[in-house]
Amino acid sequence: MKRAAVLVAALLVTGCEREERRLNGPPAAAPVQFVTQVGLQPGPVVISDTAPGPFESNAAATANGQMLFSQMNCSGCHGNGGGGMGPALMDDQWIYGSRPDQVFASIVEGRPNGMPSWKNRLTTQQVWQLVAYVRSLSGLTPKGARPNRDDHMMVKPAPAQTPNARPKNSGRR
Amino acid sequence: MHSVFNPHSPQGRAVATLWWAMLGVGGAVWIAVIALMLIALLRRRRSAEPATAGVEPPSARRAFVGWIAVAGVILAGFLVYDFVLDRSLGGRASPELTIVVTGHQWWWEIEYEDSIPSQCLVTANEIHVPAGQLVRYKLRAADVIHSFWAPTLAGKRDLIPGYEASVSFRADTAGIYRGQCAEFCGLQHAQMAFYIVAQSPADFAAWRAATSAPSPPPTDSLASYGKSVFMSSGCALCHTIAGTDAWGTVGPTLSHVASRSTLAAGTLPNTRPNLMAWIANPAAIKPGTHMPAALLSGEELRGVVAYLETLR
Repeated sequence: MKRAAVLVAALLVTGCEREERRLNGPPAAAPVQFVTQVGLQPGPVVISDTAPGPFESNAAATANGQMLFSQMNCSGCHGNGGGGMGPALMDDQWIYGSRPDQVFASIVEGRPNGMPSWKNRLTTQQVWQLVAYVRSLSGLTPKGARPNRDDHMMVKPAPAQTPNARPKNSGRR
Repeated sequence: MHSVFNPHSPQGRAVATLWWAMLGVGGAVWIAVIALMLIALLRRRRSAEPATAGVEPPSARRAFVGWIAVAGVILAGFLVYDFVLDRSLGGRASPELTIVVTGHQWWWEIEYEDSIPSQCLVTANEIHVPAGQLVRYKLRAADVIHSFWAPTLAGKRDLIPGYEASVSFRADTAGIYRGQCAEFCGLQHAQMAFYIVAQSPADFAAWRAATSAPSPPPTDSLASYGKSVFMSSGCALCHTIAGTDAWGTVGPTLSHVASRSTLAAGTLPNTRPNLMAWIANPAAIKPGTHMPAALLSGEELRGVVAYLETLR
């Protein structure tokens, strides 16, 4: 019995892993070239690719995204996720798609009616960090990596307490 | 030498005196205790008869209470000394200059207060002060807890987010006094230094007047090109340069950056190769820094450095 307990404890230790903190070097994924902006497809329906962004499961990068969100004044239009002049980011409505590559494209390219283009203003790595944070607001990223605390008054609990988003065919209205 | 034992201000001397007093009294008590113990060990026992178990002679009890009283009086004396000294350093005297110091990961924002708003001056990492004048430092933190410590001038004082602490001291003589963050604040805590540059009041007034005015726009073509690169890339989102469209407040102000002696809060001497290496990849020099590697070609980088060097 005692031996089994020791064995189990030893096995659990092998599960320990230090989260990677990317301090230097190029981002893990290249920016996307094309973005699907409509849900209609000719031929058989293909479920859209839901590959996670490079930093989705990285808590340090998501926290950096949270910091950038206030430093770059995203909250000026989006509120603290609840929306204002710009659309809310913590609900399940996504005008230009909720996939990481779609959120990335919305930030880099800008969108009509006020969203500026951040191309050449933020690095690719910073944009991916913002993508991770923006998606964490509505529970689309792994729960363990979402920020635990907000620095501002929020209308809802911090991302880590947000329930996971129900899977749905993202990008469709 | 940047040491607590080499004070250059009345406040620093007061702290050093307290330290020496504690060392002296504490050392005397230690020597007395060791001496009494040696005497007790070496002295021949006077009477052969054994002590009655469980019953203390009244003299032993009196000695016990007496020695506790002596220790209590000494410690209470230091408590009062320490409280009085700390209150006198807390900044109650009216200062001749007030400077707001805000700690960031990992640099210092310095703002000179003035009743005329246009005379307020913002700089970073280098605090120019008039020698011989009392300066009050209001201490704030933007992100985590830092601590403001110039060992030769005053004791440590923590910078706490959401709270304003203050410390007042005056540098007696002109000179450059190094300071350092003294509260662990993240990956680059060790590379978070500042310099207090004490100058004669006339030199200080000249420095303040020169630094309050924007630098003239660059004249040569490379620097002008660098300025356009600076304004059209991400640099201007985080940094301010007075007299231009760059109004970012995330990073340290770059107005008159070429007049500062170091880069990145005392990490590197401010030279052209260091500036170039820093902009090209800050994380290689200061891993964890919030400044990203610039997305600049070699020519753009040379231009930006040439432009920054005109900001004297």
